[in-house]
Amino acid sequence: MLLGFRPSLRLLSPRLQLLQSRCVQSEHPATSAAVGSVLSALRSICGEGGVSFGAAVREQHGRDESIHRCCPPDVVVFPRCVEEVSALAKVCHKHNLPIIPFGTGTGLEGGVSAVKGGVCFSLRNMDQVLDLHPEDFDVTVEPGVTRKALNSYLRDTGLWFPVDPGADASLCGMAATSASGTNAVRYGTMRENVLNLEVVLADGTVLHTAGRGRRPRKTAAGYNLTNLLVGSEGTLGIITKATLRLYGIPETMVSAVCSFPSVQAAVDSTVQILQAGVPIARIEFLDDVMMDACNRFSSLSYAVSPTLFLEFHGSERSLEEQVLTAEDITQSNGGSDFQWARDAGSRERLWKARHDAWYAALALRPGCKAYATDVCVPLSRLPQIIVETKQDLMENRLTGPIAGHVGDGNFHCLMVVEPSDPEELHRVHLFTERLARRALALDGTCTGEHGVGLGKRALLCEEVGPEAVKVMQRIKDSLDPTTLMNPGKILP
Amino acid sequence: MSGRVLVGVKRVIDYAVKIRVKPDNSCVVTDGVKHSMNPFCEIAVEEAVKMKEKKLIKEVVVVSCGPQQAMETIRTALAMGADRGIHVEVTGKDYENLGPLQVSKIMAALAKKEDALLVILGKQAIDDDCNQTGQMTAALLDWPQGTFASELSMEGDKIKVVREIDGGLETVKINTPAVITADLRLNTPRYATLPNIMKAKKKKIANVKPADLGVDITSRLEVLRVDEPAQRQAGVKVETVDDLIARLKEAGRI
Repeated sequence: MLLGFRPSLRLLSPRLQLLQSRCVQSEHPATSAAVGSVLSALRSICGEGGVSFGAAVREQHGRDESIHRCCPPDVVVFPRCVEEVSALAKVCHKHNLPIIPFGTGTGLEGGVSAVKGGVCFSLRNMDQVLDLHPEDFDVTVEPGVTRKALNSYLRDTGLWFPVDPGADASLCGMAATSASGTNAVRYGTMRENVLNLEVVLADGTVLHTAGRGRRPRKTAAGYNLTNLLVGSEGTLGIITKATLRLYGIPETMVSAVCSFPSVQAAVDSTVQILQAGVPIARIEFLDDVMMDACNRFSSLSYAVSPTLFLEFHGSERSLEEQVLTAEDITQSNGGSDFQWARDAGSRERLWKARHDAWYAALALRPGCKAYATDVCVPLSRLPQIIVETKQDLMENRLTGPIAGHVGDGNFHCLMVVEPSDPEELHRVHLFTERLARRALALDGTCTGEHGVGLGKRALLCEEVGPEAVKVMQRIKDSLDPTTLMNPGKILP
Repeated sequence: MSGRVLVGVKRVIDYAVKIRVKPDNSCVVTDGVKHSMNPFCEIAVEEAVKMKEKKLIKEVVVVSCGPQQAMETIRTALAMGADRGIHVEVTGKDYENLGPLQVSKIMAALAKKEDALLVILGKQAIDDDCNQTGQMTAALLDWPQGTFASELSMEGDKIKVVREIDGGLETVKINTPAVITADLRLNTPRYATLPNIMKAKKKKIANVKPADLGVDITSRLEVLRVDEPAQRQAGVKVETVDDLIARLKEAGRI
């Protein structure tokens, strides 16, 4: 393929040829050549310092935290405002260059891989918190604002944004992947908490999905463009502003840990606590393999058995009631006594085991990489799928400690795999497919919160069916007819 | 003894903001920039509120010196659990020139007026990094001081303070009344929750001027110039060790 494109390389200026040879070998010479010819146009929009050709910068922007291999873009641009984003998009559109939006690069499904090369739009310089309305519980942020930065900004107002995926991710990036976190069971995911988005489409059009500046708590006006863009993973447009729903910081928070004699008992307790109407804020499950890993990694001494980490939010009085009900249920399922934590310091220590789960899993087999599965099923199917999955792991000699947001019916197997062992990689791949199909057979989804990205496109078809995929493709074709927006993601 | 604790809080540019110097190099840009309570002051307020919750002291009075906006910082402290506030009004040029010496004179005057058992301050402010107000206040009052506190415990009418020092931790026992300055690991400050922010609106904030306390706030210091730190220069790559040695010699480094 390279042979066919060699003539075009000779047409490049000597300086560009030098740059090309110094850079990471591009797999898309035609795109690289086209990028070369628009460099001056890109520079005139975001300044000399706003366009980067450097190999290290391009590599950094071609990977996220998944195990998908790095696919660097041909160039990275750093726009400073939506006007620059729009102008850059127009240039890319005119020259048919792929556009890949980049927030914090903390995704888990290869969403920023520039599989066809192109221009990566790094939005980190657009980092302002705009328009905070504490009385209305809403705030608008630019893509460079991460969730921890926003919560730090809000700390004196008594408000917070509760969606908390593991990483300190860009909020607009979280909107793009429809992210969720440990307290979705009480506060919802991004789908429920984005009121409005400012989006730049492939041809540079600036769109306000709910109308410019609008932020009513609910609306029945027209097609729900906001939620069309939420979860679109950069394939329909570049998100440049998000208006988010805020919540009051809980008056009191209490955490507890409870261990169980079996997975069934732990998951049954979860289901029963939710059916009892307890507005539990977090209910996280760690299996015995995970607990053992955490004990070793953080020098803890938790019981090595299926465990639930619970957190309750509310006033002092409502907490008493919630806790009483929850404890009743866990004890009736053979759960141990609750281990408690009230103040911030002890709660952090209690949760440390859960937060370090990823690293604890990796530490089980040093030198290995990890991949997290992400299936989600209706609550009543949870006991069945976890038990069957553990059986599958044992039968196939796979290391896959389980940690998950069981309150949503969502759990992750942290597959620890030796990256240089193709046989093991293959076994893991087959396992994840079986797991996804198991979830689909139980009326669930193959991805509860991480997104489709590169690796789950085939599963998406199985999940939503060919008719839905055709409609998705038609929407994609109408918003991005020349398929510039983040090629290779979501749709096959 | 009154069982009253005086806590000083300072309104500073928020720690997350990228600081910019004004083009005329006179000072940093503060207009339209997010401000919040100095993080060490938050820790001081938290410690005082904890002491009240443990019934070791009776009342937490929070003080801030500055223009109208200083009231916001006092309100945040009230939302964290302080009982009442004192706003010492200092505006305009006077506020620009307000430094640790004047503030410590004000704190000393208030400590006497309020018959305070303890004065708790943050160890330093994140805008000037002076680390002087606590120590000067103690000297003016001729009170003992427990600075860089990472642990506090009341033992009768004395206080045991574990201090973070260069060599490690030092434990001292000092008489009361005393001045304490809070270091990072003393506690984790609580968030102001909405119900508490609502309650704080009803708490009283008294307004006084430095002159009412008999304090002269003229500054003996004049800021001549403010500059940003020098921009980082690009590095140079060399091909061989000999090149490296030659370059280092050229630069007078070896």
